[in-house]
Amino acid sequence: MNQSSFISGADGDDSLYPIAVLIDELRNEDVQLRLNSIKKLSTIALALGVERTRTELLPFLTDTIYDEDEVLLALAEQLGNFTMLVGGPEYVHCLLPPLESLATVEETVVRDKAVESLRKISQEHSPVDLEVHFEPLVKRLASGDWFTSRTSACGLFSVCYPRVSSTVKAEIRQHFRTLCSDDTPMVRRAAASKLGEFAKVLELDYVKSDIISLFTALASDEQDSVRLLAVEACVSIASLLPQEDLETLVMPTLRQAAEDKSWRVRYMVADKFSELQKAVGPEITKNDLVPAFQNLLKDCEAEVRSAAAKKIKEFCENLPEDSRETIIMTHILSCVKELVSDTSQHVKSALASVIMGLSTILGKDNTVEHLLPLFLAQLKDECPEVRLNIISNLDCVNEVIGIRQLSQSLLPAIVELAEDAKWRVRLAIIEYMPLLAGQLGVEFFDEKLNTLCMAWLIDHVYAIREAATCNLMKLVEKFGAEWAQNTIVPKVLGMANDPNYLHRMTTLFCINSLSEACGQDITTKHMLPVVLKMSNDQVANVRFNVAKSLQKIGPVLDSNALQTEVKPVLEKLATDTDMDVKYFAQEAIRVLALA
Amino acid sequence: MKCFSRYLPYLFRPSSTILSSSCHTEADIISTVEFNPTGELLATGDKGGRVVVFQREQESKNQPHRRGEYNVYSTFQSHEPEFDYLKSLEIEEKINKIRWLPQQNAAYFLLSTNDKTVKLWKVSERDKRPEGYNLKDEEGRIRDPTTITALRPMDLMVEATPRRVFSNAHTYHINSISVNSDYETYMSTDDLRINLWNLEITNRSFNIVDIKPANMEMLTEVITAAEFQPSQCNTFVYSSSKGSIRLCDMRASALCDNHSKLFEEPEDPSNRSFFSEIISSISDVKFSHSGRYLMTRDYLTVKVWDLNMESKPLETYQVHDYLRSKLCSLYENDCIFDKFECVWNGSDSVIMTGSYNNFFRMFDRNTKRDVTLEASRENSKPRAILKPRKVCVGGKRRKDEISVDSLDFSKKILHSAWHPSENIIAVAATNNLYIFQDKVN
Repeated sequence: MNQSSFISGADGDDSLYPIAVLIDELRNEDVQLRLNSIKKLSTIALALGVERTRTELLPFLTDTIYDEDEVLLALAEQLGNFTMLVGGPEYVHCLLPPLESLATVEETVVRDKAVESLRKISQEHSPVDLEVHFEPLVKRLASGDWFTSRTSACGLFSVCYPRVSSTVKAEIRQHFRTLCSDDTPMVRRAAASKLGEFAKVLELDYVKSDIISLFTALASDEQDSVRLLAVEACVSIASLLPQEDLETLVMPTLRQAAEDKSWRVRYMVADKFSELQKAVGPEITKNDLVPAFQNLLKDCEAEVRSAAAKKIKEFCENLPEDSRETIIMTHILSCVKELVSDTSQHVKSALASVIMGLSTILGKDNTVEHLLPLFLAQLKDECPEVRLNIISNLDCVNEVIGIRQLSQSLLPAIVELAEDAKWRVRLAIIEYMPLLAGQLGVEFFDEKLNTLCMAWLIDHVYAIREAATCNLMKLVEKFGAEWAQNTIVPKVLGMANDPNYLHRMTTLFCINSLSEACGQDITTKHMLPVVLKMSNDQVANVRFNVAKSLQKIGPVLDSNALQTEVKPVLEKLATDTDMDVKYFAQEAIRVLALA
Repeated sequence: MKCFSRYLPYLFRPSSTILSSSCHTEADIISTVEFNPTGELLATGDKGGRVVVFQREQESKNQPHRRGEYNVYSTFQSHEPEFDYLKSLEIEEKINKIRWLPQQNAAYFLLSTNDKTVKLWKVSERDKRPEGYNLKDEEGRIRDPTTITALRPMDLMVEATPRRVFSNAHTYHINSISVNSDYETYMSTDDLRINLWNLEITNRSFNIVDIKPANMEMLTEVITAAEFQPSQCNTFVYSSSKGSIRLCDMRASALCDNHSKLFEEPEDPSNRSFFSEIISSISDVKFSHSGRYLMTRDYLTVKVWDLNMESKPLETYQVHDYLRSKLCSLYENDCIFDKFECVWNGSDSVIMTGSYNNFFRMFDRNTKRDVTLEASRENSKPRAILKPRKVCVGGKRRKDEISVDSLDFSKKILHSAWHPSENIIAVAATNNLYIFQDKVN
């Protein structure tokens, strides 16, 4: 498109009308309309052409930073993809002014998005433009009056550093150093969180000379929130340095962090433990990290212990193979044993979610001797979440020792959870039923668990009844139609005569989900008669659910049954006195094409 | 006539800014006063849920003496009355506390709270607006459909917009909020619990102190106020209705139920009476700007504590000891439960707190001198210097003195604020806000 086509547009070309409306809506009082318009910004720009986008649209957008956050957020995102719309890489720097002002607003999400877009378009700058336009912007932000602009600057150093001349590089390093010792903790936090990323683009010599001193300073900052971010940077820095330098340059700081006075910092170390382990390599892990990990598992703060407990499996997996078993057996296992009887249920449940994974690492004999007692203890834990976490990870243990070893303790645990007073707990255990059924086998299931599954169908909470129906379907998929016909279907159909209409409806819901898995034969012979009979139910809710069920099971039936049995019933329901029944009956007739 | 300057190095004179509403209704009663960290702005909250922000006038060449006048900058309705349907409780709109955030860009941010909900407000200026529609111009003629709207300058407009609402975290009434020096978190305190919030996250807060006993019949004390240390992000204090102050270290554990320091003065057995417990309840606690000292206010005294000495206060100042004999009647009219606040001056050398009869007191910590001043319309002629007032206890009443029996207990100064660096004070007397400042030149 070119400009002349727009001049003709002024004479009454209707095709331009939508664009004009969009532009008007950019300033509408309704936030939603402005938002819609901003989201179609590329359409507007395309219609305006590159020149007018640069000279008119962008100045307008630069001024709109008064707007609501959501509009600004959308704007910041859009501008990241605007390069072609302003005329390609040659003109990409035109996008810098609006993004610069967006990078200084107080709303973090907007600022982050603006920085993301700036990072994106920085790649589209030629090396010359980068130094002429982009780098000065970074400097302006870095020396801005307000911390908002300085925090944004922290995220931009690493994208321009690799592509500028060495003098500019030196300036960038200087700016980064300044921001690392900024007065406000916000900027120091931003710098600390970008330290690792910046280190990656720096030459190794500068990493050793500059980054390490900044890292050490940030890691001993007076603000806890800054120190804990330095832990994250530690991972990236450690992976950049040669092994022989780690001991002198990184380890003193890491050791200090693992023993920090503030539990938040220790938590961060625990949370990042696997990454740290990989970054420092097997030797340091053996000598330093193993004792540090033991301390974290025994930390006085429960939050730290749970974070460390979550990492047990990963930590053990990543230990050097030659000494893995010895380290676990001599150093880690004793801590794990203590955690099983921890005072905090969060710690216990964190442990329960990973402890089963240790069995694959330790092998059958160790598992039976050392881990099995712990599993059994956790299965009897007073906190349902702990038991659930053990049950949900049964598959790991199954591979190593087989689930039979556990079944004696498993069953009471399952039964207790199945009858827990909290419906969310019951819901959670239902979800594991298909998995358990698969591992325990059909015989064990029929004997012990089948009654539970049927009991859930008449639970007083709808969500449980719904999950129970879904569970039946999965069981049928596992055990087959024949099993269903013998064990489940009779019980489900029996509920059709229940005095409680909610239970009668459950029958219908079960049929809905079982018909497909059971196949045409069972559906036509056993289920359909029951459904049809229920069309005379005195409760309208049951009747319209009959219509819905018929619609659902229709595709499973043959056309004969549809025409001779289903159609008359639906036609009768379509003349029902109840409006909803009528509606769903007509709907079913339409979908099944019976009209 | 005694001159004020003999008591304190400052000569306070009324500024012409007196906020007051002509019709005196309950809703107009000021419930909190707070300067922002630079002192350029001053905010008040009232029982009607409104927040009024004042801005200090810039120095002008023609009227140099007018520097320091505070003018209304923005007024907005922060909280509305609500009803908790689950508990059948009315939630008042009264603003309990206002706290400013450090400035982060051209806009200003403040937290305001009522009994249940904390809100983060942005006060910002707007001086441009879009002009002219694209489709039609002012006369309704169709325009070139591809014209871009431009923003044109307009008269400065100050807007207050709610940015975050932190709700549903307090079962009891919020009495304090305090912003952490990490500029990332703040805490809100109710009678039994303290919660820690991230300023950007409204749907989650962390409980850091919980003194609720398992059985509410075992309840013996409540939290009355709490504040973060001004520079150490991990330290905060909270005061209790039993007159003790607990200092907690957030580094030690996630739940700070175990304090690391307990400041408490053993009770003097000779002074023990029915009212001892009530009057020892701490109504306000403030860290000094340096972070070294704590100031607490109870019914009759202000105390200054050194953080390194837990056994007794460093200094104790009598605010209105002459009321000790009147406690019985003050109990009957509920005045004994009034919650007086206290403030430090910028250099921590002077402290100020309120009393009755529109009197407020200042104590110079270095010279140990003190003064009683009165905030009233009658003596707020511009450029006049505030005269010290004196209350006489029994015996002969000298000229200019006022007898204890004629004090007006309905006129109380509960809330006041001191400019962070200059000698400007703001004093809330029921529905009036008085601003006094040190004599210029």
